[in-house]
This record gives sequence, structure tokens and C-alpha cells, in this order.
Amino acid sequence: MRQPLLALLAKEPAHGYELKLALEQTFGEAYPSPNIGQIYVTLKRLEQDGLVRSQDVEQTTRPNKRVYELTAMGREALRAWVKEPSDGPRIRDEFFIKLILAPMAGLADRMELMNSQRRHYLGIMRNLAELHADTDASDTTARLLIEGAMLHLQADLDWLERCLEELV
Amino acid sequence: MSRRVPAPPAPEGSHLPSPPSAGTSQAVLLRTRKLVKVYRADGVTVEAVRGVDIELVSGEFVAIMGPSGSGKSTLLHVLGGLEPATSGEIWLRGQRVDGLSTAGWAILRRRHVGFVFQFFNLLSNMTVADNVELPALLAGATPRQARRRREELLAELGIADKAGVAPARLSGGEQQRVALARALANEPSLLLADEPTGNLDSSNTRDVLRLLRQAHDRGQAILMVTHDARVASLADRVINLFDGMVADDARIVPVPRVNGVRSVMELRG
Repeated sequence: MRQPLLALLAKEPAHGYELKLALEQTFGEAYPSPNIGQIYVTLKRLEQDGLVRSQDVEQTTRPNKRVYELTAMGREALRAWVKEPSDGPRIRDEFFIKLILAPMAGLADRMELMNSQRRHYLGIMRNLAELHADTDASDTTARLLIEGAMLHLQADLDWLERCLEELV
Repeated sequence: MSRRVPAPPAPEGSHLPSPPSAGTSQAVLLRTRKLVKVYRADGVTVEAVRGVDIELVSGEFVAIMGPSGSGKSTLLHVLGGLEPATSGEIWLRGQRVDGLSTAGWAILRRRHVGFVFQFFNLLSNMTVADNVELPALLAGATPRQARRRREELLAELGIADKAGVAPARLSGGEQQRVALARALANEPSLLLADEPTGNLDSSNTRDVLRLLRQAHDRGQAILMVTHDARVASLADRVINLFDGMVADDARIVPVPRVNGVRSVMELRG
């Protein structure tokens, strides 16, 4: 949440609710909609860290609103974040730990574990495929996020096959 | 997006040594019993399919998955009579077919089994139209009937304007549509598809899948080998082969969606 807010503020100063709308507009349906309370808390912390500053803007008919802008330090932090390579997704180690440990403890058969995991993945894959089909063709951001999720899932399934080959 | 899905065979019942039953609510279209395929060459024996029992009911869409070398393509070829079974039984539409001669298989395929392959396998010295009309003509349709059916299919698959073209001048996606039209020309009881999207980019993959689903929605039974889970997830049921045997056979159950895209994206972390 911190970096997306900094990035939006790098474009122009804004108040909390504008930031929420901007996030929703940018990522569309495919991204968890931010909660406004969470945005205010994050902005407060960013201000404490010296990355943004704020001032009250008087409004005649409504309560004052607090407008935030990026500080030089904030811009520096944002630049560093953008430059730094991002971590890839972690391997799904919880399933792997089950796969390794459960048979040792006599709790489950590996083939059964893999079969039920595969069924679960395929169920999710079905959801994603349907979402993709239902997503407006013009909503590139949402489609790319869904396609990314599908490719990760395909990799999980391929890896499951490797486990099957080696462990059963 | 939701479709009616035929019930899968009972998980335990498939081991019972009973002949294809006529009394079930859904007609059994295809059934195998202890199906085995062994290749022998130069003293080397490869057991590609080792005792497979599967069942497909009319109108069902089933995907076969499994690691490479698990026997999935061999199984499909044996089921379509492209290669003889070594032992075991194949029943199609209540008829035992594993003992058919090459000619017997050819006649059966003409009427009841359509094939789609990864590399399209179109006849390169014929036009698209001739490729699609040929199966109908071989099955005894008049040239007029064959032409009408071809026009209908090509229009449906969005390639009506390619009728007079040689297959080699088409893109991979277009060639696979022609292959699909050819496979569906005689309204087969069963469509066998061997990695039908294996040679296509993702947008052509989506198109071919959409067409397969359209055919399925109209009641076409499909048995499809694929290693692509995106493709397999559209089937009613997935059979997983491992080492020439059925390791799993289960309906695809979508994970409940509470909040549309978001919940699935969160699920994927």
C-alpha cells in the first residue's frame, strides 16, 4: 500500500479519498479494493516517516480536507523502490511440507495428496479461465493479472508432476 | 458460463468387471476395460498403456493429463483405432471395437469418431473446402450435401472466406479450425483431440477452446489429451495418467467465488 500511494502522490497532491478512487481506477476489478481507513493510516505513517507532508485545505460547505504531497525524501524512496528488482512468487511450500511429512507420519498417501491438490488447482484454474472470459477485453490490467495467475498455477501443476515423478 | 455437466462414473464402480451397461441414466459412449498397449521393437518392450479402465458418457467433455511419457497420446490413438490395442477391451456405442480390422476402424471413424491433432494433419494438396468435404463424401454424402455441411461449418468457425485456399497459406489457428471442421463434418459421436492447442499461441488457443466448448455445448462428446491446465480446466472431468495407468479421475469443481475477480486473485496471493 505504501508505494502505490507514494507513486500516485508523485503525480500530484491528493487527499485520501481521491487516492482510493485513483487506485481503483488504475487496477480495475482485478485488484483488492483498498479500504479508506487503511489509506488514512498508511498516509499518517508515511508522514511520520517524512515521506509525505500534508496541509488542511479549508472548505466552505464541508469539513476541511487534508491534502498530501510527496516530500523530496518520499520521491527518493519511491525511486529506490521502482529500481529495485521485485521478488518472484515464493514456492508453495506448505503443500510441499505436507507432501514430505504426511506420509512419514502415516497421515496420508502421497498419490492421494497430489491428486487432491491437483483437483484444487484445476478448480481454481476453471475460475480464472471463466473470469478471463468474462473480463471486458478493454480491461488490459485485469486481464494481465488473471493471465499471470493462470501461468503461476500452470507452473504449480507442472511442478506437481515433477514431484509425482520423483516421489511416487 | 455454467454448463450442465454429466455425472462422472462412480469412483469405485469402475473396477467391477461388468460389460457396458445399458441401464444407466446417461448412455455410456466409450468404455475401456484393462486396456493395454505394448510396443516391441528390437527386443525392447515399452508398456505405454497398462490396464486402463475409463468411461465416457454421451456429451461429456473429458481431458486426459499426465507427464510426458505417461501414455496419454498412445491411449488416444488406440481409442481411435490409429494403433491396435495389445489387449483389453474398447466399447464404443455399445459395440466392442478393439478387434476391428484396419478397414473396420476406418469405417467406424468415418461415421463416429472425429480426430484433431496437434499438427493439424490437413491434406496439403487439397483446398480447405475439399479437406472438409472429403469425410462426408467418404461416408456416402452427395457432393451437394457435403458442400452444404462444409459451408455451414466453415461459417461457424469463422473461416468461410478461406474455402478455396490451400492449408499451407493459413495460420496455425486457422489450420486448426479447418481440422476441427473436418473432424466435425460427419457429426461424430466422439471427438478425439490430441494436444489441439499444443502448437498455437495464446489467442488462437482461446479461439480453438471456444469452438470446442461450443461443440460441447451442442452435445458433442470430447476426449482431449493436453498438458495445458488452462485448456484442461474447461473440461467436465480430468483423467490423470501416470506411468500408463489412471492415477486420478475426477470432476472439476470450481472453487466457490464470493467476490468475483478479487477473491480469486487473493486466493492466488
